[in-house]
Amino acid sequence: MSSPFKTLILSGYGTNCEQETAHACRLAGGGDGVEVAHMSRIYQEGLSLDPYHFIVFIGGFLDGDDLGSGRACANRFRYRPLPGGGTFLEDLWRYADSGRLMLGICNGFQLLTKMGLLPGNGERPAGGPPAQTVSLAKNANNRFEDRWVRLAVESHSPCVFTQGMTGLELPVRHGEGRLAAQGEGVAALVRQGLVPLRYANAQGAPTETYPHNPNGSPLGAAALCNKTGTVMGLMPHPEAFWDATNHPGWTRQPGTPGTGEGQGLALFKNGYRYLQSTFA
Amino acid sequence: MIHRIEISPSPGQPDPLGTATLERVSRFSNLPLAQVRSLAVFRYDQAALGPNAPGPEALGADLFLDPVLEQLTTDGGALNAHPFDWYVEVSFRPGVTDNVGRTAQESVEWRLGRPLSPGHHIHSAVGYFLSGPLTQHQALALAKEWLANEMIQQVTLVEQGSEGASRAALFRLPVVELTRPVETQTLALPSRRADLEQMSKERLLALSGEEMEAIQAHYAQENVRRAREQAGLGPHPTDVELEVLAQTWSEHCKHKIFNAVIQYKDAQGTREIRSLYKTFIQGATKEIRRRLGKDDRCVSVFSDNAGVVKFTDTHHFVFKVETHNSPSALDPYGGALTGIVGVNRDPFGTGRGADLVFNTDVFCFASPFWSHPLPPAILHPRRIYEGVRHGVEHGGNKMGVPTVNGSVTFHPGFLGKPLVFCGTGGLLPVNIAGKPGHQKWVNPGDRIVMAGGRVGADGIHGATFSSLELSEHSPVSAVQIGDPITQKKMFDFLLEARRLGLYNAITDNGAGGLSSSVGEMAEASGGADIHLDRAPVKYPGLQPWEIFVSESQERMTLAVPPEHMEELLALAARMDVEAADLGSFNNSGLLTAYYLGKPVARLDMTFLHDGVPTLRIEAEPAPAPTLPPPPTPPQDLSTALKGVLGRLNVCGKESMIRQYDHEVRGQSVVKPLTGAAHDGPSDAAVVRPLLHRQEGIVVSHGICPRYSLLDAYAMAANAFDEAVRGIIATGGSLEHISALDNFCWCDPLPSPTNPDARHKAAQLVQASQALYDLCLAYGVPLISGKDSMKNDYVRDGKRISIPPTLLVSAAGMLDDCRRAVTMDAKRPGDLVYVLGRTRPELGGSEFHGWLGNPGPQTGEQEPVFQGQVPTVRPEETVPLYRAMALATRERVLASAHDCSDGGLAVALAETAFAGGLGMTLDLGPLAQAEGLAPHELLFAESPGRFVVTVPPSQQARFEKLLAGLPCHRLGTVTQGEQLILNGGKDTWMNLPTAELKQAWQATLKDF
Repeated sequence: MSSPFKTLILSGYGTNCEQETAHACRLAGGGDGVEVAHMSRIYQEGLSLDPYHFIVFIGGFLDGDDLGSGRACANRFRYRPLPGGGTFLEDLWRYADSGRLMLGICNGFQLLTKMGLLPGNGERPAGGPPAQTVSLAKNANNRFEDRWVRLAVESHSPCVFTQGMTGLELPVRHGEGRLAAQGEGVAALVRQGLVPLRYANAQGAPTETYPHNPNGSPLGAAALCNKTGTVMGLMPHPEAFWDATNHPGWTRQPGTPGTGEGQGLALFKNGYRYLQSTFA
Repeated sequence: MIHRIEISPSPGQPDPLGTATLERVSRFSNLPLAQVRSLAVFRYDQAALGPNAPGPEALGADLFLDPVLEQLTTDGGALNAHPFDWYVEVSFRPGVTDNVGRTAQESVEWRLGRPLSPGHHIHSAVGYFLSGPLTQHQALALAKEWLANEMIQQVTLVEQGSEGASRAALFRLPVVELTRPVETQTLALPSRRADLEQMSKERLLALSGEEMEAIQAHYAQENVRRAREQAGLGPHPTDVELEVLAQTWSEHCKHKIFNAVIQYKDAQGTREIRSLYKTFIQGATKEIRRRLGKDDRCVSVFSDNAGVVKFTDTHHFVFKVETHNSPSALDPYGGALTGIVGVNRDPFGTGRGADLVFNTDVFCFASPFWSHPLPPAILHPRRIYEGVRHGVEHGGNKMGVPTVNGSVTFHPGFLGKPLVFCGTGGLLPVNIAGKPGHQKWVNPGDRIVMAGGRVGADGIHGATFSSLELSEHSPVSAVQIGDPITQKKMFDFLLEARRLGLYNAITDNGAGGLSSSVGEMAEASGGADIHLDRAPVKYPGLQPWEIFVSESQERMTLAVPPEHMEELLALAARMDVEAADLGSFNNSGLLTAYYLGKPVARLDMTFLHDGVPTLRIEAEPAPAPTLPPPPTPPQDLSTALKGVLGRLNVCGKESMIRQYDHEVRGQSVVKPLTGAAHDGPSDAAVVRPLLHRQEGIVVSHGICPRYSLLDAYAMAANAFDEAVRGIIATGGSLEHISALDNFCWCDPLPSPTNPDARHKAAQLVQASQALYDLCLAYGVPLISGKDSMKNDYVRDGKRISIPPTLLVSAAGMLDDCRRAVTMDAKRPGDLVYVLGRTRPELGGSEFHGWLGNPGPQTGEQEPVFQGQVPTVRPEETVPLYRAMALATRERVLASAHDCSDGGLAVALAETAFAGGLGMTLDLGPLAQAEGLAPHELLFAESPGRFVVTVPPSQQARFEKLLAGLPCHRLGTVTQGEQLILNGGKDTWMNLPTAELKQAWQATLKDF
């Protein structure tokens, strides 16, 4: 499938989800414009972000998460000089400012917060990238967990990826997913509509109770976006539910079980729909 | 000047590590501990950063501090900022892999814009502020039991108010300093066997007197002497040569026991078995391949690092399972982590390199609730459990390989040695760079390239280092800690090199290190010249022999045509991976090693690989033990069912499963947990490795060490049947299954502390025979395997041996993964059947275990009662499995669950509660037909059985498919949440499924 939009999935140094994220992007409308690029190309070839419309920071354990999730890679992007001068974080900030799309999934979300790109309202010292104002702390139970969760969608959010959605199920697979924010905290972010997805109980209401909320995130916050809704981070993995058979209960479906696409594709489709309406 | 950067949770922020530590210690000990707060520490030497470098405050704030969650102190300031009675800091011993420190160093170097001075590192540590009225003795005991493993870590203890010495230790760096001269020694071999044995013992060569004599005879040959003289080497072997021979001839590498000539004597007489491996393992596969002819699916078996079978037109399937038992006994975390990242390199080093698709993990432990005194130098089984779980979590999750299948088996015999089986499946392109992907070749002239991590003293058998272990700066040699991120970076590079066709052959550096990898690859070309000084090292001072045999992790060896060298090395540099040219392959018939240009080893390839003398073993089964009869079963079988469901071998392992990522790569179709609430136990996993296609791989395993005491043949046969049954239950068919064998045995060679070695050898023969028989009966080939033969703990003449254990891992192929079946009951009104015959086979069963010990399993040897061990009857199972495969192919089943540990009652309960539904069943007619008492029907562990549910609309088709086979309709699935088991007019049980689920989940809920 040909696509007018170019999608960049950065891999390497501990990312894990390049295969399924590329697959989900292709199915959702990215088609042949989806490219997986090893991060070494940033520093060896001065990979330019200009051609891209959609950047996905994927799940994994960047640099082993040895300094806390995403922190070492944030240090890399903040300090390691590019061949042509400047830093990759400056490139990313300029890209985000241009209104093109950026999605951080799990470890990618953690990275976006450590780089100050989410929610992106921190101070910008000397025109540089903003300071970090939110973080994803260790799960309340101090454990990595893989489990499926229900998500409630914030209908008033500017987030372009969740427009028109009502609720969905996705897996979480992380040990650091509890959202924490400086200043007025997570409640203020929720009030501003910057929390597009929240962990929900069986009735679909946002919850702080384990295991429906797997990490103790306040107000059930599972995701975050910037004010324009074009940069989003989320802890659950939409790319892991690209096909009906990914769901742990798919064999219980009536009719012919295992047919149809997964609910996670909707986020990617929304992204391409937005690009179509804005950049085509 | 040494600085410390200290990071701790900000006031008001939760401290999950501190809280979890407090909970763990409080739960399992009586220590008076009120609070624990944690601290992350980085120690370094400011001088290593060069002039005008930022100080610890700036580095900490810029690189390590999370401004939202954490606060920063430096240089011991944390000890003033936090209340505590005792402060414990846990740091690594010199030379132990410090992944956090290595990552921190990279960040510091980006910040500085230059590398640290050579030989300098950033070192990580973890601190714990303990509050509570602990004595010094208690604080130290707590640190050693709960916070540190002294094998790899150092503990610094600081009391509140104390100054000086103990605090000074917080500023020390664990730097490796090897001050011995680097030299190659020549070792004259003594003539007497006793002296040779002594020499082998002192140098930890683990060679027998006979093997030492073979070496001595080789060196005594006139032509060998003359050739050595011409090459500039003396008549006696060098330490490099002896160490290489010891590695190559080790039990681990040569499988001397499996290749031995065995005299097997029993009531029927004596027979000689020339190599269990060739007779039973290779023999079974050879015969099956012959029978299959053009339908043979094997591509490459027993010849590479992993077995290779056909999967699709574009990809072969590759599978390997390894054990990492001894390292996991010493350092459960590092041992298990290394086990998983190590086995990842096997498929990666098969053919010209496979992509990794999934991991499997099977563990055998003693009870984590062990409440008896522990023998010296044995870690508490709970620590083994937690450490191994954590190690596999870090290895598997960080490598991005999903853990899709596994189990934990408990038995007191695993107190002395836990078993840690780690497996990896992969996909190998049928064609790589225009040539068959499963082929590798080495041409004379190809360069020897080592890629990945550096060589250190970690993973050397410890011969020379054992005498240094007390020194503060001696590297830890006995254990390795894997580093998944270094390995991932290496794999990223190698996949690119594979795509470009830059190498001819690839293999991993595992046991024996370079000596094995280069030695094996050199067999293909006919020889090699290797320059040991050219291998990148972690620190200076390693002896040439140490470089050759070190098992430092994350390294692969490549054979690279000279014309591709430049491109390969440039690619490595671009991708931040170290790759070094160590020499070249040739056809000299010799493996020659040099150090700084001088020859240090010159080994005849034929002698190296074929010179080891064949072992001779005597095997004779001991008379069957006299066992007590089982007690009378209770009238109320409800209690028995709940008791059996809660037993360690039966109960749910959800907490462990959830801590492994089982769906990364997006290929997951049947997960380890399934059902209405995603918490029922799947029989096998299904993955769809090629996302754009529908073919699936079904993965399962079988393991039954409980039966060993009674019958080793039955132990092995049941393990094999269990593995196959899991695949059949999930939608596979016999035609497309391949299996792997992993034998973990106790020593079958006699010694003063091992008087029943002949019996253990006999058990080995029986189990191998069972494996052969079942493979042929099922038409399932073995494609790879491994044995670990010394799983004993010996101390002061006392021996703890594991029960002989065979793990059978199996993988099947599905044309369409959407035909997979899960074990949970689906809808009320569906019909419930049991397939396969139940016999009064309660010997070694979980039910007997429960009868002998209905209380909590705190580790004591449970009595074993008289009873018939389950017997696998292929004449019954094979037709049934074929019918099951048709039933799943035609989609007539709503659910299928295999009956294994705990028997039919457990399988029925699991099917019901996983579906969130009830069942009303009448088992009376079946009990009568089989002539079984209720407890026999419910708890016998007869193999070859399934519980299936079928929608009423499919009843006729199903019953037609199963016509003539043992298939009994028991009743229906109900909306109500009661499991009602009737025997005619009597009610045997009437229990809420929630209660059964609770019993099944409670035991290991908090692990």
